[in-house]
Amino acid sequence: MIIAVASGKGGTGKTTVATGLMLALRDSGHQVAYLDCDVEEPNGHIFLEPQCNESEDIYIEVPEIERDKCTLCGKCAELCAFNALLVTSADVIIFHELCHGCGGCRYFCPVQAVRPGQKKIGIIDRGTAGQAVFVRGELEVGTVLSPPLVNAVKKNQISRGVNVLDAPPGTSCPAVATVRGADFCILVTEPTPFGLHDLSLAAQMASSLGVPCGVVVNKAGDSRGLIENFCLQEGLPLLMKIPLSRTIAEAGSRGVPLNRAEAGWDQMLLNLYSDIEGLIMSERAYGNQR
Amino acid sequence: MKELTVISGKGGTGKTSVTGSFAVLAEKHVLVDCDVDAANLHLILSPQVLHRESFPGMPRVEIVTEKCTDCGLCQELCRYDAIVDGIVDEISCEGCLVCYHACPEKAIRLVDNIAGEWYISKTQYGPMVHARLGIAQENSGKLVAEVRRRATALAQEQDKDLIITDGPPGIGCPVISALGGSNLALVVVEPTLSSIHDLVRVLNLTEHFKIQTAVCINKWDINPENTIEIEEICQNRKVTLAGRLRYDPAVVVAAMEGKPVVRLPSTIAGDIESLWDCVRQELGV
Repeated sequence: MIIAVASGKGGTGKTTVATGLMLALRDSGHQVAYLDCDVEEPNGHIFLEPQCNESEDIYIEVPEIERDKCTLCGKCAELCAFNALLVTSADVIIFHELCHGCGGCRYFCPVQAVRPGQKKIGIIDRGTAGQAVFVRGELEVGTVLSPPLVNAVKKNQISRGVNVLDAPPGTSCPAVATVRGADFCILVTEPTPFGLHDLSLAAQMASSLGVPCGVVVNKAGDSRGLIENFCLQEGLPLLMKIPLSRTIAEAGSRGVPLNRAEAGWDQMLLNLYSDIEGLIMSERAYGNQR
Repeated sequence: MKELTVISGKGGTGKTSVTGSFAVLAEKHVLVDCDVDAANLHLILSPQVLHRESFPGMPRVEIVTEKCTDCGLCQELCRYDAIVDGIVDEISCEGCLVCYHACPEKAIRLVDNIAGEWYISKTQYGPMVHARLGIAQENSGKLVAEVRRRATALAQEQDKDLIITDGPPGIGCPVISALGGSNLALVVVEPTLSSIHDLVRVLNLTEHFKIQTAVCINKWDINPENTIEIEEICQNRKVTLAGRLRYDPAVVVAAMEGKPVVRLPSTIAGDIESLWDCVRQELGV
């Protein structure tokens, strides 16, 4: 099973929920993996303190020009949809940061002067957090392209058990790369107009990917039913509330997971998991009927 | 003309609340929201849209079934696994057009794609340029660049001295696009281990692009020990510490009311005013 934890707005508590859920499942005997897909700013390791014993560099393919073969015909630059190549009267200039690794320049070069080169975009660390699998991607500073790294992180999903994916904020490429293909998406929000606005965008994203989702409200307090009304309107299940609490906030600032900050959260998070299991099952039954 | 970009690394540290208050305190400025996939600044500045324009994204491709001979070349060449059994998955497609150029039957045609929309608006606190990226669209970096271009043009037209930009979280494509050419990056950080971790990565980024950087610590009193750690990081990296903002429930009240927090009677308003004084000095405006 794959559960993605996303949010739209940043800083709503994705990592709090994702690490909490993973620990609750692990400590109740589930096979579980935590995969940090927020490759720009991964934070899960701060809460999980994993032992990482394996590290892999991740590359994308970028063109390299064999100058002795190249006739400077300009075909590669003409076809590149990303303007990553510039052919002058004397040379071919490659802008690696614009290259999406589509391989078009190599395929279309009439004299086979383009060979595949490599550009490092980040690293993947693998290890364990107790009995659980821990994986995280870390984007190289100054690198633009994060989705290929997210996909590389996701290749490490376990086939039996629960995968918890910690998504980046936003609703564009890296968040989409994380959520697509998940069985369920938890949307973590906070009860402010900012949280609500971005929750609505994130819910649209999940639905455009065909991933069923439900809402967790963090920092919940008196907010005039802001999120509750939205969930009712949109038919989104409201799965759990984490109250606005100085104890939880302070524990979080020190990297203490929710489950260790206050008693009772292990059970709440296990209930969250069984609610999600139920929702996935009913979604499948409903989907089959359709 | 000077450009200030407010960023954070970690999301949700208070970029928009800070930017919204700067909008009140600054003079002769243009406001920009560069967080194009989860924009929030409009929620506190209530802009009145004067001009809107659609933002074209990479064209999509479509397979014309009558011409297609099922040769499978497009599927084989696609690096993004976006073509399966003669059907193009729009969300996986990166728009590289390799399939379009390679198809021996010319059975692939281009379809226009609107990736988002950008706006020029009027607010109580000056003109504002903002945008909205379509759901699950790529190219947020390009839309950010477009928004910034429009803001610069508007600033020149209206004889403004300063562009204040609310940036996106992270360190990737949209952030890099929002930072290019900025005179000052202000990093809003909270005294949490996560935010400190992300601060270091953001400082590496601004250093990489040689952008002058200042730091402000939001909710500093939530964890004074971590605040001291942040101040030490700033000192070691020779980054200006521009201010400390205390934890104040007025920030949430202001967000609920859709107002910049400095417009409310609050203890944090004074902190933000001193922060703005320091930022102004750093910018030289």
